[in-house]
Amino acid sequence: MTVPAVEAVDVWRTYELDGVSVSALRGVSLTIDQGEYVAVIGPSGSGKSTLMHLLGGLDRPSGGRLVIGGRDVTTLTAPELATLRNETIGFVFQAFHLLARTSAVDNVALPLVYRGVGARQRRERAAAMLGRVGLGHRLHHRPNQLSGGEQQRVAIARALVTEPAVLLADEPTGNLDSATGEAVLELLERLNAESGVALVMVTHDQEVAARAHRRIAVRDGLIRSDSLHDRPASDGSGVPATLDPAPSAEPRSASGSGPGHPPGGSGGATGATGRLPWEDAG
Amino acid sequence: MRLAEAWRVASDALRANRMRSLLTMLGVIIGVASVVILVAIGTGTKQQVEQQVEGLGSNLLLVVPGRIEVGNAPVVSPLDLSDADAVSRVVGDPGRVAVTVASGATARAGNRSDFTTVQGVLETTPSVFTRSLSRGRYLTGADVDTSRRVAVLGDSVARALFPDRDPLGQQVTLAGVRFRVIGVFAPLGQSLGVDRDDEVHVPVTAAQRLWGTQRIDGIAVKAPDRERIDELGDRIVAELSRRHPDTEFSAVTQRQILGVLGDILGVLTGVLAAIAGISLLVGGVGVSNIMLVSVRERTREIGLRKAVGARPRDIGVQFLLEAVLLTSVGGLTGMALGVGTALLVDAFSPIPAAITWWSLALAFGVSAAVGIVFGVVPAQRAGRLDPVVALRAE
Ligand SMILES: Nc1ncnc2c1ncn2[C@@H]1O[C@H](COP(=O)(O)OP(=O)(O)OP(=O)(O)O)[C@@H](O)[C@H]1O
Ligand SMILES: [Mg+2]
Repeated sequence: MTVPAVEAVDVWRTYELDGVSVSALRGVSLTIDQGEYVAVIGPSGSGKSTLMHLLGGLDRPSGGRLVIGGRDVTTLTAPELATLRNETIGFVFQAFHLLARTSAVDNVALPLVYRGVGARQRRERAAAMLGRVGLGHRLHHRPNQLSGGEQQRVAIARALVTEPAVLLADEPTGNLDSATGEAVLELLERLNAESGVALVMVTHDQEVAARAHRRIAVRDGLIRSDSLHDRPASDGSGVPATLDPAPSAEPRSASGSGPGHPPGGSGGATGATGRLPWEDAG
Repeated sequence: MRLAEAWRVASDALRANRMRSLLTMLGVIIGVASVVILVAIGTGTKQQVEQQVEGLGSNLLLVVPGRIEVGNAPVVSPLDLSDADAVSRVVGDPGRVAVTVASGATARAGNRSDFTTVQGVLETTPSVFTRSLSRGRYLTGADVDTSRRVAVLGDSVARALFPDRDPLGQQVTLAGVRFRVIGVFAPLGQSLGVDRDDEVHVPVTAAQRLWGTQRIDGIAVKAPDRERIDELGDRIVAELSRRHPDTEFSAVTQRQILGVLGDILGVLTGVLAAIAGISLLVGGVGVSNIMLVSVRERTREIGLRKAVGARPRDIGVQFLLEAVLLTSVGGLTGMALGVGTALLVDAFSPIPAAITWWSLALAFGVSAAVGIVFGVVPAQRAGRLDPVVALRAE
C-alpha cells in the first residue's frame, strides 16, 4: 500500500472559550489514501469543518498525531506548514473565497505565487486549469461577473492548479442551486477520477454522500462510522485501486467509546471498513 | 513570494481603494510638504539676512551704548556729535565715521502722507554703508553744517508721496517742518518682512533741531584695516568710556552680527522643522490607522492567501509594503509640492525660500520610516492571523 496522503491518529481539537474548554474533535483517527473519494457527513456542529481544517493543515490539533504528506504537523513551524499546504492540499470552500478584484486566471494562479512560479508560467498553468473546469472562455472575468457555479469552478481550479494530493471541499455545493451543484459535483468527481487527487467532501446531502466510495459520519466530535461501498452503477468509475475493501476492525461509532477512547491501536479503525449502517448520519 | 510580486499586490490594493489611499497619503503629503516649505523659508531667510549683513562690508564697525546681546534692553544713548568727532580722531579719518539719530515721523507732500523713519545722518553715510542713489544727490558737509532742511527719500517713501511726479525739488513736511527733496535712494528691497526703502535721510543737525535734542543713537565706522578691526573697536570703546564713564559701550563687527543672527535664525528653522515634523507624525498615525482598517477589511483575503500557502512573512511583507508605498508615494508627492510651493513663495512673495538637500532627504527618509514604523504593527497582526478564524470573518 502506498503512503497515505493524510493520517490522523487520536486527534483532538479543543477551544478555550471564556475559560471553558469545548472539544470540537474528541479523538479522531482516520487515513486518507491517494485518490480516494470520501464523503464526510454529520449534523451541524458535529466537527466536520474542524476536521477538514485539520486534515488540510490550516489548523493544528490540540492533541494526537497528524501526518500530512508524510510530515508530522506538530513538528512544523508556521511557514513550513504553509508550504506543506501549498504543495499538498487544495481547499474548496462553501463561500468560494475568490479575491473580488482579481480576474479568474489570477485567482487560480494565486497558489503558484506562493510557490515562486514566474508570472508567465503561472498564467499558462492557471489558464490550462480553467480550461479543464470548462472556463477557458472566462479567463479575465472577475468573480462578480461570473455565476455562482462558475465561481465555484474557478475555486476548484485554484485548488487543483498546484496538483495537490488531497482536495478538501467543505460543502462545495452549499451555496448553489441543485442543478448547478450537481454540475460542480460531477466536475469534482471527474477531476478525482482523472487526476488521482483524493477528494474529501463535506456534504449534507445523503444522495451526494451515497456517490462517494467511502463515507465518514461525524457526530459530537467523533467518527461514528467510516464505511466503504461501491458507487452506484450509474457512475461507472469504480472503486479506486488504492482502497482495500477488506473489512477492518470494529467501527468506533456505535460503541460510543467517547472521550476516553482506545489507545494507540486505534489507527486500525481507519481506512476501509465493511458496510455499516448509515442511520446515524442524519 | 517574490518582492516584485509583493509590490504588485500592494499597489493593486492601494489602487483598489483609490480615494482612501489618497486621503491617507494627504496626511503624509501635507506633512512632508510643510517640512520642505518651512525649512526652505527658514533657510532662505537666514541666507538673505546673512547676505545683507555681509553686504555691509566686513570692515564695518557699529558702536552703540549698551551690550549687543539677545534679550538686553536698549540703553538711552549719552552720545552726541562731539563723541563722533572724538571717534573720528581715533580713526584718523572723519570720512569713515557715520552717525544716526532716528525716529518715526509722518512725511507729507500735498495731500499724501506716509509714516516712515527719519534718520539724521552725516554726509559720510553712503560711503560707510555703501548706499547708492537713483536720482539727485546725497547730503553734503555744508548741508550738515548749516542744518539745511533737505531730505533724501527711500524708494518706498518717494513712491508713496510722489506716485506720478518727480520728487526732486519738491517739498516734504517731516513732523510739521518743511524739507526739500534733493535725492532718492536706489531700492534695497525687504528683509525679514521689513521694508528697507521706508526711510528718509536728513542732516543730523536738522534732525536734532527737529526733535529738540543733542543726542545721537550710534556711530558706525568703516575700518581702514580689516585685520586690526577688533583692536580699533577696543580703542573706540576705550575713548567713549573715558568720555562717558557711567555707560558701557560695544563695538560689534559684521562677523559678530552674523554669529548672533545665525544662531537666532538657526533656532527658528529648527522650530519650524519640528512643527512640520509633528504634522508628518500625525500623517503617520493616519497611515497606521488605515492599515489596521485594511487588515480588518481584508481578513478573509488573508485567510484565503494563507490557505493556499502564504506564509506569515508573505502576508506581513505585503501589508508592510502597502504602508511603505503609501508613505513613500505620499512623501515624493509632498516633496514635489513643497519644492514647488517654496519656489513660488520665493519668486512671488517677499518671503525668501531656499531648498536644501538635507531637508528633502530628511522629509523623504522620515516619511518612508513612518511607513515602516506605523506599518509594522498592522503587518504583524495580519501575518499572525489564524487562517481558520480569518476565513470565517465577515
Ligand atoms: N473558533 C472556535 N471557537 C470555539 N468553538 C468553536 C470554534 N470553531 C468551532 N467551534 C465549535 O466546534 C464545534 C464544531 O464546529 P464545526 O464548524 O466543525 O462544525 P460543522 O460540523 O462543520 O458544522 P456545520 O455543518 O454547521 O458546518 C461546534 O460546536 C463549534 O461551536
Ligand atoms: Mg462546517
